[in-house]
Amino acid sequence: MSADALAAAHPKDPTVSVLEVRDLTVVTGGHTLLEDVTFSLGPGERVGLIGESGSGKSLTALAVMGLLPEGLTATGTVQLRGVETDLLRIGERERSGLRGRRLGMVFQEPMTALNPLMRVGNQVAEVLRIHGTVDDREDATQRAQRLLADVELPDPGRIARRYPHQLSGGQRQRVMLAMALANGPDVLICDEPTTALDVTVQAQMLQLIAAGVADRTSGLLFISHDLPVVATVCERLLVMYGGRIVEAGPTEELLTRPRHPYTEGLLAASDLEAVDDQGRLPTIPGAVPPDGRFPSGCVFRNRCPRGDEACTVWPGWSGSDGDGVACWYPSEGRHG
Amino acid sequence: MAEPEVIYDVRDLVCRFRQPRTSLRHRTPPLTAVDGVDLQVTAGQRFGLVGESGSGKSTLLRCLAALQQPTSGSVRFRGQELAGRRDRQLRFLRRDVQVVFQDPMASLDPRMRVRELIAEPLVAQRASGTHERVDELLDAVGLPRGSASRYPHQFSGGQRQRIAIARALAVRPSVLLADEPVSALDVSVRAQILNLLQDLVERFHLTLVFVAHDLAVVRHVCDTVAVMRTGQLVEHGSAEEIATAPQHPYTQALVAAVPTLRRALHGATPSSLLRDVPSEATPDAAARPDRPEPS
Repeated sequence: MSADALAAAHPKDPTVSVLEVRDLTVVTGGHTLLEDVTFSLGPGERVGLIGESGSGKSLTALAVMGLLPEGLTATGTVQLRGVETDLLRIGERERSGLRGRRLGMVFQEPMTALNPLMRVGNQVAEVLRIHGTVDDREDATQRAQRLLADVELPDPGRIARRYPHQLSGGQRQRVMLAMALANGPDVLICDEPTTALDVTVQAQMLQLIAAGVADRTSGLLFISHDLPVVATVCERLLVMYGGRIVEAGPTEELLTRPRHPYTEGLLAASDLEAVDDQGRLPTIPGAVPPDGRFPSGCVFRNRCPRGDEACTVWPGWSGSDGDGVACWYPSEGRHG
Repeated sequence: MAEPEVIYDVRDLVCRFRQPRTSLRHRTPPLTAVDGVDLQVTAGQRFGLVGESGSGKSTLLRCLAALQQPTSGSVRFRGQELAGRRDRQLRFLRRDVQVVFQDPMASLDPRMRVRELIAEPLVAQRASGTHERVDELLDAVGLPRGSASRYPHQFSGGQRQRIAIARALAVRPSVLLADEPVSALDVSVRAQILNLLQDLVERFHLTLVFVAHDLAVVRHVCDTVAVMRTGQLVEHGSAEEIATAPQHPYTQALVAAVPTLRRALHGATPSSLLRDVPSEATPDAAARPDRPEPS
């Protein structure tokens, strides 16, 4: 049965998660890059995935999208609402039918994600036509312009005829967003969508992303290393380090009562207003190790102030999927 | 009380660049990156220069370092005019002013060992006793002495920035110019480098000129801040004033647009970051295409 028919059999149900990722593990040549990543995304829910570079955030996004580079294998399950088969097990044909239609993605660098030889209006129209959302060429052009207007691009008719290099970084990123939202996806994944943008442009982009997913009740997975940005956009957070989710929880709780020492360190280092008597910022000692060089057991133990013998064994997850921590010595918090 | 010594005195500085033609019929007008800037930096000051991409902040810094000749106007360093001087007449400046750039991978020669990298400015100044000096500098920036025999690619981003800082300090400068030194770093490492910079500035009594797009970072590091937009200084004052009570509408929009943890906890949403920027040129429209955004 095709993915289409499956989707038709499951009408949109607000109580069912749009995306369920369970025990997602990605390995390459003996290195484990992601291990047991589990989370879910409700319709209209905004979830943030935070962590420093090398923690496995982008890899998680690529695995969900089915865009892993060659040589990397994913195990576990990725379930999209209405698609009976696990996304990790369906063929490339079906998967490309879902990408751009049910799964939208905005990448960090729009210059590499957009086709440099095609006018941006045609690129947006292509997304509509390729998935059969709109059959008529003329219609697709009209719709594309409306989508460009939705992301508040000035004079969409003119912008549509431009090539990517003729646009500014912020404008390109808006085109990316228009493409990702074109078919009203169930899931929108944004991977560092504003990292390369100026703050005022970033603010506009964040607003458009939030409005875009709210209009379509899409689930949002927002990936960033910038804690204040994620905290502003998302209602729930996942903290990632060394290819593992080390803590998860509602944004406010996680920020006010972090349990994992990495979350605490990240929070302390992000807040430039909190300094000690000498005006020094709190830091996390050391640096993120390169891929495959994380310690065994708890991945954070070599940088952790509380690390000891017990930490040579992975602590396991305590709490629920959406609210829990993986640590032997969590801070006095909500539970565990 | 004696007035502090004026290190930099910049008057009506203008920097224009020719742009390539985009049309057969019309010339492209020159781009004015710095457009009539006046500023003073006094000894011991930590001077922050904030602005978005394309605001001209890096060009201004390059003029201070005499890496860029201004089109017109004057840059005086301790009373000596830099504009119009040739490289060989700038020896005195190279001994006293050093620069740390954003991307240490691009500013450190990948074929040189750390010892050679740090000692290179000393060799250029024909100083002796470089071996001991390199060890001293490695200690100062918190790298093990054994690092001296390794190559830059063997280090992480934060460690490379430490090497770049050690190299800058080698000639015992009195002024350190830093162009976005922490924007390419992870937050936990960013805090380490900011602490290091602060320690070094205090220990060696440096005057710091710090360029960044991130107002929060500048506020933490600097005592005085100037805000730049399309080549001009729109506001200038103490870091505290600019961050808490900005006067110019552009600075207000800039301050409002920075997401902070505190505001997020008080229920800030993406729409509360938006504040109407006076729209004679919104940043998005002002941003020049063809030009890579900073990462």
